[in-house]
Amino acid sequence: MATVVAVIASTHHPFYYRASTATGADRPPFADEWVSKILAFRETLTRARPDVLVMVGSDHFHQLWLDNMPQFLVGKAPFYDANWYNEEREFGLPRMLLTGQEDLSGHILRAGLDAGFDLAFSNELRIDHSITCPIVTLRPEADLPIVPIYTNIFAPPLPQPKRFVQLGQAIREIVESWPSHLRVAIIGTGHLSLELGGPRQFGPHGPDPEFDRRAVEWIANGDLDGCLSEVTLDSLHAPGNATHGFMDFMLMMGVAGAGAKADHVDTLDLFHTMEAYFTWYPNGAPA
Amino acid sequence: MSRYLVDKFLYTVDRDPELVERYRADPEALVRWWEAERANAVLNCHTGEASTWLRFTPAERAALIAHDHVALFRLGAHPFLTLTLFIAMFERDNTEPLEYQKAYAARLAHFDLPYPDIAT
Repeated sequence: MATVVAVIASTHHPFYYRASTATGADRPPFADEWVSKILAFRETLTRARPDVLVMVGSDHFHQLWLDNMPQFLVGKAPFYDANWYNEEREFGLPRMLLTGQEDLSGHILRAGLDAGFDLAFSNELRIDHSITCPIVTLRPEADLPIVPIYTNIFAPPLPQPKRFVQLGQAIREIVESWPSHLRVAIIGTGHLSLELGGPRQFGPHGPDPEFDRRAVEWIANGDLDGCLSEVTLDSLHAPGNATHGFMDFMLMMGVAGAGAKADHVDTLDLFHTMEAYFTWYPNGAPA
Repeated sequence: MSRYLVDKFLYTVDRDPELVERYRADPEALVRWWEAERANAVLNCHTGEASTWLRFTPAERAALIAHDHVALFRLGAHPFLTLTLFIAMFERDNTEPLEYQKAYAARLAHFDLPYPDIAT
């Protein structure tokens, strides 16, 4: 059976690529510290020596749209083109081509459906920055096959937070039941408090530092009960109008398991958002 | 309310560099053309399968023509779609980093929680 060698959760700030590659007067003052934290974070994946990446993210109205919106979707394709014209335009993100792991995609779809999750699938999925940002930060070589899994945190009505946790728990079990000798890392990206297109956007910090502090504590300690007791679809509106992306962090807490303390926890207070990075080693830290 | 159609406008214009420029340069002409020619296009289908019933309300049409992101927010347009398209049109006029984005937020400062419903 496959081995889950690392579980990783992070924010997916689309400006990292531009900030980290900028030089001279264009390089922002926070870039060096950001790069330093990302290099340490990247090492947590490199050390786990993964063969395959299962990648959880949220499409930002790129390929998925309101005429036919899935709640949870698994990519099943041999290749994935990546990033979109408007991401190139706004964030300077490059076009990318990633290889798919179709056998694992098929296994997740079959076992996920049998476990009671009505997963949608796509045989032609162009992925966006929620999945390419962790490629840029964690595996810039982009040399490993992936299975993309998209969640709807964007277009109401949304699934309940508990459902994200349940799907995370199921993904962990399903990957571990995959008849393969391969080493799998499960990586997901979400948000802490975040506002986009509203009055609290682009402030000097995230819109709700107190929410961020508690959220980092929940994730770092695997405190699923504490998190679920306080977070609802309605409550997630208060810390910022894009904070429902936090449910992808909750999904990753489900992957890591209740009570699982993260082996790597780091944060960076950037303009308008708190960046956060977590790594768990289910089988102990690699040597 | 035709909140879905407002979002569809923002979504389809944002994805097309030519439409972004036409919307910036002549919003009334672009909005009226889009409503006549594109509003009822079923995405990913050929034109023979178009729908027949999608229309903006007068308030929605006026907000789009006026580039009025405050009115669009009040009407429940998806804030990510509005922001992304408006950055594409107006960030280029910045003289300072994030100048447009901060001014955009400031013009929304009178909104309190809960914000207008964005469900379609």
